[in-house]
Amino acid sequence: MSFAVRNLACQRAEQLVFENVSFSLASGEAIWVRGRNGAGKSSLLRICARLLSPLAGEITWNDEDIFKDSETYVGSYHYLGHQEALKYAMTVRENIGFWSMFHGTEDVVSALEQFDLQKLADTPTGLLSQGQKKRTNLARLVASSAKLWILDEPLSALDKHYIALFKERLMRHLAAGGMALFATHQDLELEQVKLLDLDDGAL
Amino acid sequence: MAIDLHRYANPKRFLAITAAIYPWSVWLTAILLLSGLYLSLFVAPPDYQQGDTVRIMFVHVPAAWMALMIYTMMAISSAVGLIWKHPVADLSAKAAAPIGACFTFLALVTGSLWGQPMWGTFWVWDARLTSMLILLFLYLGYMAIWESFDDPAKAAKAAAILALVGVINIPIIRFSVDWWNTLHQPASVATMAGPKIHSSILIPLLVMGLAYTAFFVMVLIIRVKAEILKRRLRVLQIAELRES
Amino acid sequence: MKRFFSLIGRDLTLAVRQGSAVTLGLSFFVIVIILFPLGVGPELAVLARIGPGVLWVAALLACLLTLDRMFQADYEDGSLDLLMIGPLPLEILVLAKVIAHWLTSVLPLIVIAPILALSLNLPGEGISALVVSLLIGTPTLSLIGSVGAALTMAMRRGGVLLSLLVLPLYIPVLIFGVAAVEAAVAQLSVTPHLLLLGGVSLGALVVGPLAAAAALRLSLS
Repeated sequence: MSFAVRNLACQRAEQLVFENVSFSLASGEAIWVRGRNGAGKSSLLRICARLLSPLAGEITWNDEDIFKDSETYVGSYHYLGHQEALKYAMTVRENIGFWSMFHGTEDVVSALEQFDLQKLADTPTGLLSQGQKKRTNLARLVASSAKLWILDEPLSALDKHYIALFKERLMRHLAAGGMALFATHQDLELEQVKLLDLDDGAL
Repeated sequence: MAIDLHRYANPKRFLAITAAIYPWSVWLTAILLLSGLYLSLFVAPPDYQQGDTVRIMFVHVPAAWMALMIYTMMAISSAVGLIWKHPVADLSAKAAAPIGACFTFLALVTGSLWGQPMWGTFWVWDARLTSMLILLFLYLGYMAIWESFDDPAKAAKAAAILALVGVINIPIIRFSVDWWNTLHQPASVATMAGPKIHSSILIPLLVMGLAYTAFFVMVLIIRVKAEILKRRLRVLQIAELRES
Repeated sequence: MKRFFSLIGRDLTLAVRQGSAVTLGLSFFVIVIILFPLGVGPELAVLARIGPGVLWVAALLACLLTLDRMFQADYEDGSLDLLMIGPLPLEILVLAKVIAHWLTSVLPLIVIAPILALSLNLPGEGISALVVSLLIGTPTLSLIGSVGAALTMAMRRGGVLLSLLVLPLYIPVLIFGVAAVEAAVAQLSVTPHLLLLGGVSLGALVVGPLAAAAALRLSLS
């Protein structure tokens, strides 16, 4: 399995955000995207999640263009944006259940357990705190069987305990042959990941 | 910045071609309009029933033709813009819309002025007039959506989708309004288009139609040019912002 | 298919739990219709004459009222991103949202329409034609509306623009729908009007999801 980005350029509202961004990910690798505000971290992640089209360049998954032959790519990745994508009138279990069904995984219960959400399972998500909502989304991530995790600020509003827990899950995911591409302002103290600095476009 | 400049360098050829056409369109407009007005106001015979009022038709009917033609042209440009991503196509659709709206408005106003002496009232829910009124709203919606996006590239796509959905709907709307009109047949006096058109009427009509078309081409060139310059200015402003 | 139905199911659950959209649309529908007798006077002959038109126009406006939320709620909380990158083709996704909109916002109107029709002194034949014409015609409103809803989704005050974009396109439905009811009242054949209405609906079924999917792609990019 391989994920490769070649000479990517991105334009937002007629402004060039970044250009000539290239990197690749193999099984067990992770890339931490960094850069100042407006450097295009979110845009890069959204492009990789097929939510934005790049101005130039190409992205391949197992050597197939993700925009042209997206069938194998869809379902191989899980995108977590900064928005919660939670319906407040539905419970934690219903929210996670809907998305894991929609994206093709069913293991809701163990996901809830991993992020200590069993007690909250039948609470409408509208009543949760920011951190609890974030955990709900991380539980969704863990419930998915996606190989590639694309995470945009997954750790905001989380306390140390859950950051550590997330790190541990991330390591487990990578050890099992997964890949991750993420942007966060938190200092994760991760040594095994590659850094991609968007300010100068180099690894 | 290389990419940006390339993208907006594209209209150059368009500007060169239109610079050659433009003087011709001005002269054609002037000659056709003068001769068309002369033919319709002085040469064409007054109608035996409607008298000189019938002359409003020479302004009205070609305006209604233009209103429909311009919308169709906008839809074609929009399709070209969507499929081949040609920036000038989007811009010409955008530039054409207000002109089309003006012709629609002209057709409505002259229609109601014609209706006053004929029907004794300024507005009659005649099928043609009603369709024109709906068309005016399609134009207004199209223009409004261009204004509602900050990013011109997005606005162009949104407007193109709307124009295409609109153009599919125009025949359906037209048909439904005719249908509605036959169900609610008003006390029929005379319809806009007479039953048989004599050549003394047809020729001025056609000349006026051509004059309007030449006028449309002339104004369209001016407006597209202005749009291109506006875009360039924007690109330059953004470039300046980035450098500072 | 499972995804398609679960998306509809999710929207129905949300509509039932939040409730406000359904009741607001319904109350709006009722109030608009009450305004007409107050405006034109209580003469039964006049009300029976304008009844079909009033009911159809009110249904059109009530449908428009809830239209702007068709994609907006999912857009605002980020759900739309996740729906779009899922395995369901975008056109099918639009269709699911349209069905959910129709079931939650339009079907309740059709259910109470006969009662309101009685209050406008519409004869019995007219009422059954009204219900049938609404059932055949209103899916078009949701389908065409989805294009406008997708185009105006990201705008802060998209609702006003939405009505300008969508209402002119609703005119054929209004005309054929009202014509069907009037034909029934006049003891004429209803079939041609209903066939036309059905034709428009089928056309909208093809064009609506395609155009709305294109609009969604552009609004998100």
